[in-house]
Amino acid sequence: MPDSREVLRLDGVRKSYNIGQPNEVEVLHGIDMRVEHADFAALVGPSGSGKSTLLNQIGLLDSPTAGELYLLGKPTREMDDEARTALRGRHIGFVFQFHHLIGAFSALENVLMPHMVAHGKPDREALDRARNLLADVGLEKFADRKPGELSGGQQQRVAIARALVTRPALLLADEPTGNLDTKTAADVFKLLRRFNAEFGCAVLLVTHDPRLAETCDRTITLVDGRIDSDQ
Amino acid sequence: MWIETTIAMRFLRQGRAQTLLILVGIAVGVSVIVFVVALISGLQANVIARTLGTQAHVRVEAPEEVNRIAPAAAGTAQLLLEDRRAQALRPIVNWQQVRDALDHLPGVTAVSPVVSGPAFGRRGDAVESVALIGMDLPRYLRVIPLDENMVEGRLDVGSGNALVGRQLAQDLGLRTGGKLRLDAGDGRATVVNVAGIFELGVRELDARYVYLDLKQAQSLLALPGGVTVIDITVAELFEAERIAARIRGLTGLKAESWMETNAQLMNALTSQSMSTNMISFFVAMSVALGIASVLAVSVTQRTREIGILRAMGTRRRQMLQVFLVQGAVLGVAGSLIGALAGWGLVGIFNTFGPKLFYIPMPAGLVPASMLLATVAGVIAAAVPASRAARLDPVEAIRHA
Repeated sequence: MPDSREVLRLDGVRKSYNIGQPNEVEVLHGIDMRVEHADFAALVGPSGSGKSTLLNQIGLLDSPTAGELYLLGKPTREMDDEARTALRGRHIGFVFQFHHLIGAFSALENVLMPHMVAHGKPDREALDRARNLLADVGLEKFADRKPGELSGGQQQRVAIARALVTRPALLLADEPTGNLDTKTAADVFKLLRRFNAEFGCAVLLVTHDPRLAETCDRTITLVDGRIDSDQ
Repeated sequence: MWIETTIAMRFLRQGRAQTLLILVGIAVGVSVIVFVVALISGLQANVIARTLGTQAHVRVEAPEEVNRIAPAAAGTAQLLLEDRRAQALRPIVNWQQVRDALDHLPGVTAVSPVVSGPAFGRRGDAVESVALIGMDLPRYLRVIPLDENMVEGRLDVGSGNALVGRQLAQDLGLRTGGKLRLDAGDGRATVVNVAGIFELGVRELDARYVYLDLKQAQSLLALPGGVTVIDITVAELFEAERIAARIRGLTGLKAESWMETNAQLMNALTSQSMSTNMISFFVAMSVALGIASVLAVSVTQRTREIGILRAMGTRRRQMLQVFLVQGAVLGVAGSLIGALAGWGLVGIFNTFGPKLFYIPMPAGLVPASMLLATVAGVIAAAVPASRAARLDPVEAIRHA
């Protein structure tokens, strides 16, 4: 029975590629894990351990070969693309290593994008929320700038604001500071911490950096497609 | 649709050079279609107007006389050498009833019974062979606008008056008010008063036609009370053949449409129309291919952005729409510019061209060509758009 604190639960999730072909390979060998409201967890592991694959499953960008993945108590493996896309847009925020803003839109419009693709033209309330988020990441003065006119750190902060505009239950961050200098990286990390405390959204952070992982409340270590430790 | 349209417009604006180039490409294509179609249809309308200025749309005559051949007796073979019958001037039987029936035929706008036959025109020692045409003037004018072709005198055929062609008047030295002796053979001759001189613009007709009152021509040609031809004008030019067939079926008379009479002209017109359609088709196709290739490049360039949009909850259908809208917008904008340019070209041709004829701008050509380009744009966008919609977000985001 899923309790109200549960955000995400993985139940024996397996993922194979090239199914039915001679080069079939299983990348995830039965992952069980649970993420709760306001968790702040790091997902670490050597490269090739299946971190990205696991993140894609959790982010509903891909669906597991076997097992089940519950988001807010809803089983997702059998969902079609349409339903999965809707659920993803509503409850999951993404921050990628290479910020990935849409170049043709201003910082404010980029922040609003997840809201706009779901609800169309933003109303007053959505605009205010986006502006407040931009202010929270310290970029209220840059609202009308295009991504090309912002520095890497600023772009990543816009991306964080964008990931939070729909008030997601889960924020997935794939090496969010991997591309930034130490000072900027620390700022971005602090922001993630702050939003985690303020909005209570669970944060799952993929990182290579053991020092960054240490500062998280919880560290999940993935080795060879299995969870090696979770503490 | 708001967000899809917004993203589509932003993408187009961002790809400035590409967008501009393809817009110019579409505009050039559409202006060629507009100009060529206007030119050819103007040319055709002109040729048809000139041809039909002196011809009825449908000509109804008595059926030809044929030999009656006695059937061969049973068991015998018959070898037959047949000469065609001489086609004497024959009246149409019951032409009054035929005229009244044709008056009520749908699609027919004018019916003019005419008696026509050969005669000699004499003045002094000069003799010219002429064609006598006896007609009911008000009816005849609705078929051939003789009143617009008068060069001298007045339009009058009653009470011994006649109208002659300009060339004939010159050959016989006639002037308005002069006398012309008409001799139809077998001692039937009369002297008429030249009331006016016309010029139809066709030398053959201007040298031979003599218009008389129906009654006078009938007595000269020994066909009292009869007519030999019923000329008909139809509302829709290209319906003439269908109406002629209807008349043939209805009356059993010989009915020939202008399309049959001018088979060669029709052939030329049809070939012209076909080549116009082919030009339009191939230009539209190259426009479509241009749009398709520009959008295909755009999908490749934006793969990562498409992945991000998908990750943020953009549905496949929305992604599809973003690129279909781009195709439609390119089609509408490019064809608008192109149609205006084509219109301008027509104007330039009319003002500075050889001025042999005027090209009217066919109504509906601009919207039709814009519709064509827009539909072509959407269809062309379908392939790249469906590729964008099918992109796997995981791979799209990883795309360098």
